[in-house]
Amino acid sequence: MHNILDCTACDVAIIGSGPTGIAAALTLKKAGISDIVIIDRETEAGGIPRHCGHPPFGLLEHKKIMTGPAYARYNIKKAKAAGLFLSLKTTVTRLEKGGSISFITPDGAGQLRAKRVLLATGTRETPRSARFVSGDRALGICNTGALQSMIYLKNLRPFQSPLVVGSEVVSLSALWTCKKAGITPVAILEENKKTTVNWPLNLAPRYFGVPLFLQTKIVAIHGNGRVEAVQTVDASGRIREHICDGVLFTGCFTPESSLARLSHLAMAPGTGAPLVDNTGRCSDPVYYAAGNVIFSPVKVAGRCWQNGCNVGRAICRDLRK
Amino acid sequence: MNNQNKFNPVALNIAVIGGGVVGCAVARKLALSGAKVTLLEKAPDILDGASKGNSAILHTGFDAPPNSLEWQCVQEGHSEYLKIHQELNLPLMKTGAMVAAWTAEEESRLSDVLEKGLANGVADLQLLDRAQILKKEPHLSPDVRAAIYIPREYVIDPWSAPLAYLLQAINNGGRALFNAEVTGGTFDGLHWQLRTGQGLVQARYVINCAGLYGDLVDQAVLGSSKFTIKPRKGQFVVYDKAARSLINSIILPVPSKRTKGIVLFPTIFGNMMVGPTAEEQDGRDDASVDNKTLDMLARKGLAMLPELRDMPVTATYAGIRPATERPEYRIVEDPDRHWITLGGIRSTGLTAALGIANHVHKLLEEQGATFTPLEDPVVTPVPNLAEHLPRDYSKPGYGEIVCHCEMVTLREIQAALTGQLPAGSLSGLKRRTRATMGRCQGFFCSARLAELTQDTFIEPLGLEKKDA
Repeated sequence: MHNILDCTACDVAIIGSGPTGIAAALTLKKAGISDIVIIDRETEAGGIPRHCGHPPFGLLEHKKIMTGPAYARYNIKKAKAAGLFLSLKTTVTRLEKGGSISFITPDGAGQLRAKRVLLATGTRETPRSARFVSGDRALGICNTGALQSMIYLKNLRPFQSPLVVGSEVVSLSALWTCKKAGITPVAILEENKKTTVNWPLNLAPRYFGVPLFLQTKIVAIHGNGRVEAVQTVDASGRIREHICDGVLFTGCFTPESSLARLSHLAMAPGTGAPLVDNTGRCSDPVYYAAGNVIFSPVKVAGRCWQNGCNVGRAICRDLRK
Repeated sequence: MNNQNKFNPVALNIAVIGGGVVGCAVARKLALSGAKVTLLEKAPDILDGASKGNSAILHTGFDAPPNSLEWQCVQEGHSEYLKIHQELNLPLMKTGAMVAAWTAEEESRLSDVLEKGLANGVADLQLLDRAQILKKEPHLSPDVRAAIYIPREYVIDPWSAPLAYLLQAINNGGRALFNAEVTGGTFDGLHWQLRTGQGLVQARYVINCAGLYGDLVDQAVLGSSKFTIKPRKGQFVVYDKAARSLINSIILPVPSKRTKGIVLFPTIFGNMMVGPTAEEQDGRDDASVDNKTLDMLARKGLAMLPELRDMPVTATYAGIRPATERPEYRIVEDPDRHWITLGGIRSTGLTAALGIANHVHKLLEEQGATFTPLEDPVVTPVPNLAEHLPRDYSKPGYGEIVCHCEMVTLREIQAALTGQLPAGSLSGLKRRTRATMGRCQGFFCSARLAELTQDTFIEPLGLEKKDA
């Protein structure tokens, strides 16, 4: 089968070809379930690691250290070698009771019925808007996801000297990306008393030459057209003005769960994730969810891979009942 | 200068200053009436000022000042929109609205609202009690006491409508010049020579629809202005599409003198919104948002609609209304100098624009202009962006989905970057396609969008490629 439009039924439909989805697919395949469709809306498979152009990816699950794009390619190669069917540029538009899913592709729309559906749609960072940050809505404000895909996939820079907000693992990843692309952040802000990841972000000033401001938040973003400056305030009430041409909002992850939210599936209150039991099963027992779409806080690719394997096994047991 | 720019002294040349909804509607009406229209916009694209952010409601005029010009234009605009929306492929969501009372004091003022509505010729108003409200709006807080239901208040697409108006003007002999700020001009008793960012533009009549800058344009060209713009900001919070199903109609507050107040309303794009505020400020282009106000809006929304608690916020923004020192529309004529200024047109402008355009046509005739309406005007439909109607992605051959949250296709983006009225800025492209306006705000699609628009706009999304 080479076209998802020819597919009307399958054993397992996996939505998302990131580490979670691929791990679950390989696990199912190994266990003898072969009628699997992996669906991804992007033009390339592999998920978020595709645009994290730095190590360390793969240590836990593949026993080797790779950059994100190499890791994504490695996963997809494994999936293809196992004979798994990957349908790209395929957007699921609707989840229905009992495992019927509607999708669109550039060649037309379709619907298929899966005995089980795995939601492995991952996560994204909270944008400036949802953080209710004051100030102008100027150009040059983005998340790490946008920064990295611009740099690693398109060789474009959203800014030259941004202010970085947040001190999570992804913030470190963002700083590496900046360094590699010749972008020089003017400061890192963290609202709390300590950085979210302790090491090596607390050494950021020394490693990256970027000053770190703890217990500091944005008062307002200024800029007519492009960002021109950001005003911040710290715990003592001291106001600072940072001249910069962008603001990079890192971390503060939120599940990419709109498919579930707009469907019949129950959501876990206060998390934005679909409600799952300890096997990853959703409120409709035909549906499962795994990886960063259910993790809070967000986890690294290796942990998602592991969870994908576990939920893959659970789906397998379930199908064999 | 190309042929298009040559001045034809025989034709009725009319310059329209400002590419907001009013300017676009006036340009359309005058072009269809046979005039040679030149729309002059100082920004690189239309809808860069007040028309960029409004509540996208097609008003009935039930709460307009009785017998005012505003009331007349709103009523005329409402019925004209209903007449033309299908041929221009402009969407209409027949939501209805209710003026909801949440306190005894507000409830006591509902009778005034009803009386005013009936006096304004809106005969289909209904008084609803709590049970009737909750039957129509089951997710609304039971704190609601009573409401007046206005069946013909609708939701429309605030950006596609003006785009369609101007596109039709262009297709019927008009033209639009961008980056064409009007800085001065001379009148020789018959014709104007306007100094603009795109050189001299000649016109027999000038219609100043410069919105937030209306008074400044009058000052620059005529030497003085009959009114002063007092910018009034309105902030909005846009909720995720999942929140759309929480309301069916537009939930209006019992109005105060100054503003329509904070509204809960569905959008044509499948979201739900809370806003706007009404904040006097000096800046004419200060559309900044602030944390405290956004929090307040979210709290107000939550009080009216408790299930908003678990709904993610998609976007926040602010619009600026071109208010003046007086509440009414400021239509100022200078017949001796062939000049009409349309000022002080605030939130009702989106609805009223088509009515205002008719009014301008009438005023010009009174000033002595003669029109020969086009017998068979070209009708140019615009692409649909409304969530409840088939979008581009439902037709095969779209290439790829570029913006996943708003399901914007490559084909839509390419179309918006070309054609007769291509996007002149990133925000213009967003308004034409919805790209990056969804819940991830560009997390997934910024890179592709930056690539697709590189070398297109003065202010690009991505800075130039780094040297190797």
